[in-house]
Parts: sequence; C-alpha cells; structure tokens
Amino acid sequence: MAEFAVVGSSAPRLDGLEKATGRAVYVDDMTRPGLLHGAVLRSAYAHARIVAIDTAAALALPGVHCVLTGEDFPHRYGAFVQDEVALARDRVRYVGEPVAVLAAETPALARQAAALIAVDYEELPAVMTPEEALAPDAPLVHADFAGYARRVAVPLPPNVCAATTISEGDVDAAFAGCDVVVEGTYRTQAQVHCYLEPCGALAEADAAGKVTIWSSCQSVFRVQATVAEILGLPMARIRAVAAKVGGAFGGKSDVTVQPLAAALALRTRRPVRLVLTRDDDFMMMRTRHPATVWMKTGAMADGRLVARAARLTLDGGAYAEDSSAVLGFALLIARGPYRIEHVRMEGRVAYTNRLRAAGFRGYGNPQVTFAGECQIDEIAARLGRDPLDLRLQNAVRAGDDWVGGQRIEACGLVDCLERLRAALPPAAPGRGIGVACVAHISGILSTSAIVRVLEDGTVTLSTGAVDLGEGADTVLAQICAETLGLPLDRINYAVPDTDGSPYNWSTGGSRVTYMVGRAVTAAAGQARDRLFGHAAEMLECAAGDLELRPGGRVGIAGVPGPEITFRDISARAHWAVGGPIIGSASVMFEGGGFDPKRSAVTGNGIGKLGAFVFGAQAAEVEVDAVTGRIAVSRLWAAHDVGRAINPTAVAGQIAGGVAQGLGYALYEDLRFDGPNPANPTLMDYKVPGATEMPEIIPIIVEHPEPSGPFGAKGIGEPPLVPVAPAIANAVAALHGVRLRTLPLTPERVLAALDEA
Amino acid sequence: MTARLTVNGRPCDLPEQGTATLLDLLRDQLMLTGAKRGCNYGVCGTCSVLIDGMLGRACLTLAADCAGRSVTTVEALDADGSPDPIQRCLVEAGAVQCGFCTPAMVLAARALLDANPRPSRAEIVAAISGNICRCSGYGAIVEAIAAAAHG
Ligand code: FES
Ligand code: FES
Repeated sequence: MAEFAVVGSSAPRLDGLEKATGRAVYVDDMTRPGLLHGAVLRSAYAHARIVAIDTAAALALPGVHCVLTGEDFPHRYGAFVQDEVALARDRVRYVGEPVAVLAAETPALARQAAALIAVDYEELPAVMTPEEALAPDAPLVHADFAGYARRVAVPLPPNVCAATTISEGDVDAAFAGCDVVVEGTYRTQAQVHCYLEPCGALAEADAAGKVTIWSSCQSVFRVQATVAEILGLPMARIRAVAAKVGGAFGGKSDVTVQPLAAALALRTRRPVRLVLTRDDDFMMMRTRHPATVWMKTGAMADGRLVARAARLTLDGGAYAEDSSAVLGFALLIARGPYRIEHVRMEGRVAYTNRLRAAGFRGYGNPQVTFAGECQIDEIAARLGRDPLDLRLQNAVRAGDDWVGGQRIEACGLVDCLERLRAALPPAAPGRGIGVACVAHISGILSTSAIVRVLEDGTVTLSTGAVDLGEGADTVLAQICAETLGLPLDRINYAVPDTDGSPYNWSTGGSRVTYMVGRAVTAAAGQARDRLFGHAAEMLECAAGDLELRPGGRVGIAGVPGPEITFRDISARAHWAVGGPIIGSASVMFEGGGFDPKRSAVTGNGIGKLGAFVFGAQAAEVEVDAVTGRIAVSRLWAAHDVGRAINPTAVAGQIAGGVAQGLGYALYEDLRFDGPNPANPTLMDYKVPGATEMPEIIPIIVEHPEPSGPFGAKGIGEPPLVPVAPAIANAVAALHGVRLRTLPLTPERVLAALDEA
Repeated sequence: MTARLTVNGRPCDLPEQGTATLLDLLRDQLMLTGAKRGCNYGVCGTCSVLIDGMLGRACLTLAADCAGRSVTTVEALDADGSPDPIQRCLVEAGAVQCGFCTPAMVLAARALLDANPRPSRAEIVAAISGNICRCSGYGAIVEAIAAAAHG
C-alpha cells in the first residue's frame, strides 16, 4: 500500500491541458482596452558617452505617445552593488544596453519610431574580457564605482565588483604531504538562457497612480520591489502579477523589461505591452558567467583526497546584479561532495563591456564542478583507480559537515553512485564512459503560504511561488492535498499576485519544493487544526481524538461511525461560529553560514543557503576521430531528491536539466567578435534539438530530508551541473586526452587528439 | 472581391497590409494566440500551424500567400470540447513544462500521425526536429506522441 495518497503520485500538471490546447495566456497573448506597444532602442557601442539623444523625429510620428530615456530614470539599483539603471544614462556599457524606450499604437510603429531616435555617442575604450579589464591602467567600466552603495563593502581593485576567499585547514602543508597532485586551468563560456518565450511585460496604471504589471518572471515580489526601487515609488503602489512563464532558468530572476513597461504606462496613462523580439532578448538580457578556474587537488596514495585550492575569475559583464552571490556560492561548492579537509578558494568577478552575467540554473556551480570533477578523474588516472570507486571512497555522508561547518542532514550520494554503477553497461570498444558528481543546495531566504478553506470545503492555496514550467504549482498542491487528506482536484492554486499572495522570495535556488513546501505543510496543518477545533465541538469530543478521513471528512479515531465533512465545518465557520478557516505560515532558511572557528572568509556575498542535495551522472560517448564530433549515446542521471513528491515532474527536471547541460558541454556559446556578440540568433546560437538528444535514464534516489515537506528537497538545478565533466571524463577515458575548455567543440577535440 | 482563406474551417478575409504574416493575422487579428512568436524568423518552430494539412511556419508565411488555402491552428483540435489524444498524452507523459513549445508540438505530431499513423521513434524525432523545446529534453514528448499513435 502506498504510504501517501497524493504525495508520490505522478499527478499531471495542473495547467497541462491549458497549455497543450493553446489557451494558456503568456504576456504576449494578453491585451487590454487601449493597449499601446513598446519598443526599445539598444546601444550600438560597448562603451561610449551619450552626448545627446534626439527623440523629436520619433515623437513626431503620429501614433507615438511617449519616448523615455535615461534622464527619466534617476534611481540606481542593484542587489549587491547599486550600479545599474533601467536605461543608460550618460554612458552605455555594452552593445545592446537599452538607451530609449517608447510606446506607440502598434508594434510596427513602435519599432519604426525607435529607429528614428538619434543618439550621439562618443566612443570610449572598452574591456571585453576579464584579462583586459584586470590589466594595469585598463579603462574603467564604472568610473563612479567608489560612490556606489554596496552590500559587501570590502576594498576592491579596479573593474572588480566582487572578491571572496574561503579557506579551511592548511592547504599548503597538506599539498606538500600529498602523494599525487593535479593542477590545471579550465575555461567555461557564456551560455544563454534561451527560454523559448522572450521577456515581456504588460503594465497599466490606475487613476491614483498604482501600476499593475503582468509579466514573465520568476518572482512577482522581486518585480514589485525592484520596480519600486527603480521608479522611486512605494511598493504599495506596485502590483505584480505572474502571467504564464515560457521558461526562465534564472534569466527572469531579476527584472527584465517590467520597469520600462511600468514607466511607459505611468507616463501615457494607457496600458503598455513591451515584449522583446528574440534579437532584443539576445542582445539585452543575460548569460551564465564565463569563468576561468585554476584548480589544484591533492590525494594520498591510498586514494584519500586531502586538499583542494581554486582561483576563480568570473566575467560579470557590465553590471554586478547577483554576481557577488554567484561567486560566493561557486566557491562554497567548489570543494565538491568529498571529505576534503584543507581548502582554499579565492575568486573575483570582473566588470567587462559585455552583456550582464546572471544566475542561470546552477548559479556558479557548473563552472567549478567542471574543473573539480575533471580533476577527480585526473587523480584516479594517476593512481590507477576506477573513477567511480575513488568518488565512493571520498564521498560525503549524512552527518558530515560542509565547508563552513553546516551539517549535511541527509545524503544519498553513495546511493546515487552505487545505483549508477549497477546501471552502467560493461565496457565496449569505441565507447567511453565518464562519471561526475554534483552537490548543490536547495533553500535560500524566506517564503510563506496561506491555505483557505472555502464555504464548500474545497481549498485555495496561495504561496506567491511562480511556476516556470517545472510544475511547482502541482507539487505544492499535492503537498497541500496530502496534508488535508483531500484529492488534488479540490485544491485551487492561486495565481501569484502581490496584491493577494503571501510573500515568496523567488522560484530559484532549487527551493520551491523544499522551502515553499515547508510553508504549505505548516499552513495546511494549521488549517487542519482549526477544522479539528470545530469538529471537536460538533462531535462533542476532544480535538486530539480526531482524524482526517479521505475526501475531506473528519471522524473520531478508531470509531467508524460519526463523521462530518469539511463543507459542514466550513459552513459553520463562515456563517455561525469563529469565522473563516485560514491557515498560514512563514518560513526562513536559518541553518548554514560559516563557523568563524573553522573557516576564514573575506568578502562573502552569500548568507545561509539551504539543505544539500546530491547527484551522480554517467555519460557514454563515441568520438568521431575524423570530424572530432562527440556523440553522447546514453546519459544516466541519479539524483537524491529526498522524496519525489511527483516522480514524473522529477524525471522532467532531470531530463530538461541534462539537455541544457548537454548544450553547455558541447556547443552553446555566445561568442564575441570585438565588442559585438557574434552569434546572437537562434540560427547561430545552437540549443539542443530533438535529434541531438541521447537516451536519458533518470534514477531517482530518495533519502528523506528531515526538514523537508514529506522529506522532499529540490531538483531544479543539479541535473545540469555534472553533464559537461561526465562527457569530458568519458572522452578522456576513451582517448586519454583531457579537454579543459567548454564547449567541447569538434575543433577542440581534434586539436587535443592531434596533440596526444 | 477580396481574397480569402479558411482558418479552422471558417472563411476569413486577408489582412489589408500585404506584408502581414500568417502569424500576425492569427495572433493580432483573429486572437488565435496558440501559435507563439518565439523568434519570428523561422527557427524555433513555436509558430507552427497546419496549412492544407502540412506543418508550416506562420512567421515565415505571408498571409496573402494563404489565399484559397486552409489553415488549422491548435485551437481547432479541441473545438468539440474534447482534447486531441496527442494533447492528452503530452500532459500525461509530463511532456508539457513551460508549455511555450507545446501547441506547435501538438500540430507537428498531428501532421505526422495524419500522414503516418504508426510512426517509428526515429520518425517521431524527425517530425519534431524543427521544433525547439528548451525545457523537456524531448524524451517525454517523443514518448507521448508514440503513446498517442500506438494507443
Ligand atoms: S516564431 Fe516562427 S519559427 Fe520561431
Ligand atoms: S515546455 Fe518549455 S519550451 Fe517546451
């Protein structure tokens, strides 16, 4: 018999049919009476002074209602460094940076008008790579940096927006005692989120000046807070509502075009829809941080890993955004899921005149794990050990501590590796198999939930958590249904809306199932207790004697007879006694952080993160020695999710993450040709298509997390992370060549084979 | 007499603007927003519709070139109130994530199954190879189409 009725079942996603029938409403599908259309003018220079902007010709076109420029946005913003403006003011800092925005009667007219805006630039020298940015006397991306407010106010060298070090033990002494030491420099590229729905927002202001913004976003609350900051308005005057989101992957975590749409709506007093073209989205939005990772790992002859050091340089692009946190997390996770006592991780983020780098599924982890997991195999090769065995020998287990001292409460890593080993085929000629592990976190910051029992006994669940397609809404409704003993179809998941939803930080950090799930469990538990309070009076018994019965009924435990329905209880609460039944809960992740007695930390931009999650993957590859092309035939992905609330949704996250990891490993790369993105189109920036996919074999491991809802924790990000090193390790196993630069293009493979 | 086309079985006038694409006509004038504008330049496949039963990219097709032809959009597939088996199978297989690619995938699958009711796995993969999905990794989509074909 199943342990649970709803949890653990692969309920189809709540909005599945709505999406499959084409009825789901994304921003670009929305309209309002009197709707105007926005368009953006982008900078053509990587670094230039704006001498003058002439908007007269654009404004003279009949049907153009308003043109805004940087002068209309006086407030700087930024979570870690207040270096950013909604439209460039005085200076542009990357090709594609928005310089002006306007609203007109039709999209075509808006684009035509944007082309008529004349900007007079005085070009300035640009820095296009961290090497250029960090060179002595390099031109400054932010000449005013010293004047910006910063959250982590450590002194920084020029063109550096964040620098962090984390160390424990005595790395130098440990390396000196190692029998084997490997060392190398690894390079990773700019991956573009390429959510299939370009960024967009529709904003409308009421007569009192309150703005409502429907948008494609990861958090209505971050939209509300950031738009308020940018426009200099109280948050109470901003209402953010989630439209259906056509994919995000971290790229819609911060505001995109919401501030621009809101400003246009306030100025024109008309609703304005601003949806980016694919070109705009490529040129204006964000990428994963390109990284250079120097790493060194040392082991004893018996295979024990004892020391690891890393120096990480991230390319942050023109504005800091979340770079500080991405860096801190990358350094925290760079040790890998192994019992390595001595670590020293140092990193910095350079400003460059490229588009912004931002959080992207993995948040700094793919870069360092590429280096770290390659090095495990390099050590295994030096020691003549099986790479999977070496990982098993060193794997962290429940009860171990992470860097900083946070206890790992539950850990299925050993299980993941064992299950992987059992699944792998025997060696075959011409095929290489490579393994890689991942550790990540699931958590971050605060969230809340409200469970309301309606008059008929059905339930509305509000959490403020936006579903980006991963099925968070379904999973949260399952948790609510399970807690109340209701079938899933009695739960209404409310659309996230800052006017009505309780606060949720964001959908990111693989956190929704774990964090919001905890809030839902607590809120639904409170609603259940209140239902029991009424039932005890109605059945004339003690509340402690009551039990939930399937389908929304309450009875006396062990007594088959009398029972009452949620409908009867809720009707009593609404019309006679006590008032409506509402359960609510707020939660914050409060574990973690750094214990100053064990870790020396400087410039840290991260706080308490979350519960640890683990996984291990294996890739089977063939390499065409003539073309250099790597063909991945199968990929096994074992991930510990604590408990799979919805196994199909978990498998979907694994498959989708692996697909993005495959693109990252093999070809996705936004390259630059001087100041300009060289391939900013879906023609030239290739994302994996159906014909490129290997067979993906998900292996779900369940080691319940004590603090998680029904033991569950997150799975959103981890599956992407180990794909690239697993493939690189497979190529090394097959041909003995070590590729240290992503993506693993045919040219790089051929060059490595030639050298070997 | 104005030239006309048929959309989901109903006659409809061509837009006045000769440069309007079929996607402009469907989305902006007929409010049939199931066809999505993922790129507007013919690569992502999210705008796919059936033109005389063949899968076509509405963003690359001038509306004027559809004179006398019959266009089917995703909205027609459950017009009788019950979803197409392909739609049901996609939902059940967990093949719908963000859903932005889904209406076009449904039509790509419909075109395939109309021409080839019992496709092989390779034929299914080929049939959706022009439609990008950034969320699912495609496996569940292929499985769902196979389930719809083989019952
Ligand atoms: S919108 Fe037509 S192919 Fe992308
Ligand atoms: S489900 Fe998101 S693009 Fe396919």
